[in-house]
Amino acid sequence: MSLLKILARDLFSRRRTETPPPVDGETLQQLAARLGETARLSLGRSLSIREVDAGSCNGCELEIHALNNPVYQLERYGLRFVASPRHADVLLVTGPVALNMAEALKRTYDATPAPKWVVAAGDCACNGGLFAGSYACLGGADRILPVDIAIPGCPPSPRALLSGLLTLLEHVAVR
Amino acid sequence: MITGKTTLLHYLSFSRPVAAHQPWPRFVLDEAAWRGLVAELAVEDWDVLGLWADGNEIHCALRDEETGEIAVASHSCTDRRFASLSQVRPGVLRLERAVADLYGLQAAGNPDGRPWLDHGRWGVTHPLALARRPPPPAPYAYSFLPVEGEGLHQIPVGPVHAGIIEPGHFRFHCAGETVVRLEERLGWVHRGLEGALIGKPVAQAAKLVGRVSGDSTVAYAIAFARAVEAASGAEAPARAHWLRALMAELERIANHIFDFGAICNDAAFALMLGECSVLREEILRICESCFGHRLMMDAVVPGGVACDLTAEGAALLQDMLARLRPRFEELVELYDNSPSLLDRTVGTGVCTPALARQFGATGFVGRASGRAVDARRLPGYPPYDQMELPVPVRQDGDVNARIWIRIEEIRASLDLIGRILSQMPPGPLHTPIPTRGGEGMALVEGFRGEILVWVRLSQVGRIVRCHPRDPSWFQWPLLEAAIEGNIVADFPLCNKSFNCSYAGVDL
Repeated sequence: MSLLKILARDLFSRRRTETPPPVDGETLQQLAARLGETARLSLGRSLSIREVDAGSCNGCELEIHALNNPVYQLERYGLRFVASPRHADVLLVTGPVALNMAEALKRTYDATPAPKWVVAAGDCACNGGLFAGSYACLGGADRILPVDIAIPGCPPSPRALLSGLLTLLEHVAVR
Repeated sequence: MITGKTTLLHYLSFSRPVAAHQPWPRFVLDEAAWRGLVAELAVEDWDVLGLWADGNEIHCALRDEETGEIAVASHSCTDRRFASLSQVRPGVLRLERAVADLYGLQAAGNPDGRPWLDHGRWGVTHPLALARRPPPPAPYAYSFLPVEGEGLHQIPVGPVHAGIIEPGHFRFHCAGETVVRLEERLGWVHRGLEGALIGKPVAQAAKLVGRVSGDSTVAYAIAFARAVEAASGAEAPARAHWLRALMAELERIANHIFDFGAICNDAAFALMLGECSVLREEILRICESCFGHRLMMDAVVPGGVACDLTAEGAALLQDMLARLRPRFEELVELYDNSPSLLDRTVGTGVCTPALARQFGATGFVGRASGRAVDARRLPGYPPYDQMELPVPVRQDGDVNARIWIRIEEIRASLDLIGRILSQMPPGPLHTPIPTRGGEGMALVEGFRGEILVWVRLSQVGRIVRCHPRDPSWFQWPLLEAAIEGNIVADFPLCNKSFNCSYAGVDL
């Protein structure tokens, strides 16, 4: 089948993109209490995300990748992955923070301009997961960075990841 | 005398066999026999399947290509040194560097004395050695290989990359646009997995081994389960074997389809990634419906499987097969009829058959470069021994060849799933693992290639030592060779076509 045929079929067939998951009200309140109104900025309901693997088994990366597929289509919410921390508002951290990656993670954070938020994705980034106590890991992103939202799961599903990111967006954007 | 006609087991039969090692034998080699093994490897077609340490002992898993014999050769190091295999099997070089970092056992004759996994940040040296030593007082330094010549420049990339990808450092030396040398520096996601396994009960260890490399979680879980079953003398029920194979083929298809899209995306053909990622999403949702987890983590357990396939699940899979095949073939046709895309993939990133053989590469990297190796066929394990299994092979070794091997494997796996669904016997799903000591090894075909897991259990059924060896150990070095002479801009394309695991080798 030719490229044009596939494009035409995609254009006129049922939309694959699904409705978004609800934002987590409780986490939203916690964010407001912790960060305060002053942290809110007019980012035009748009956040740029830099993903950092700090020791993940790559399971989390697979599900984060899925956010970009046509079913979840992250960009329609104004959320997008960027190539450099210097373009980012959010660091999305996975893994139990392997000591070999700790400095690279800290440097990535330092290179991200303020205001910035940190999301810990997956059980490993939340509390070290199965690798808590290892000689080679710090045991969670909050051991080295201020974590604003934690999304548990091994790995968290794309819907769970999306819900967490939308909660952050809801908090950050001026309504 | 070395004639080049010795079989592996014949050579090893002069050394002392170890009693409780299953299903293949293990022999303890003295100094002379170990040195003799290095000499034999120079002339014999024996593949080194893995090399790992255990206290002061070094183990090496071998396969005789001609006879198919598999065995483990062990050697107790005197003075914490052993004769290196890296001169005759260069794929072992990084494994020996990892052994030196974790256990402090030095490979005498390894030309690369630099550390590999140890980046000088753990606060201890040789973390798995019998006696730990304090960190060395000298500041840690790592020197990259020098490249000399006029007009050369360096491009350091990583460990944090531009995309959503695992961390690794790539040091390119370039002449203009052309890569003269790529040097990889990995180890960034070393989590201490082998250390974390020590002393764990089998059930907990299974979860850890299922996270060596998340994209291959089913294949690792099967390999670990089979190694534990071999060590303890348990036999999983027949239906469990078939369900394991079903999950393994689903994992293979999901990964290959995404790779197919992602490689094309790295050649700026974004539509393919969009289409392929939708197919992947549909497969993962069916996996969740059938086995309770999108990646099927922890669904395979030692002794069998954790959950059964219901009639509704089987119907979902049948429906998936019917819908997936035509949509996938459409995309294959699109790939084959897009000259702008083929222009990027054909002749790019060539890995020669000679190199693939020298490094013992398996999986799509090996099969795209002439190596017809597939653990499902040789040594083989149920239920694949009851099914005909095509092993696609090509000789061209470029990005295009690695894409076509994946395409052929997706087709074969779709067929296998159909046959598994129609032939799977009813019956129990799990058999208890008896509490007894022993040693076991397993070879399982993951989507990347041959996964090896070796395990030693204590009398109370806990892990004394477990070593998971990812196929990427023997594929990463080939990427360095394949990119030579290509342009820097084609590196993402070549890298994705290899799709080596970082977590799998960093452990």
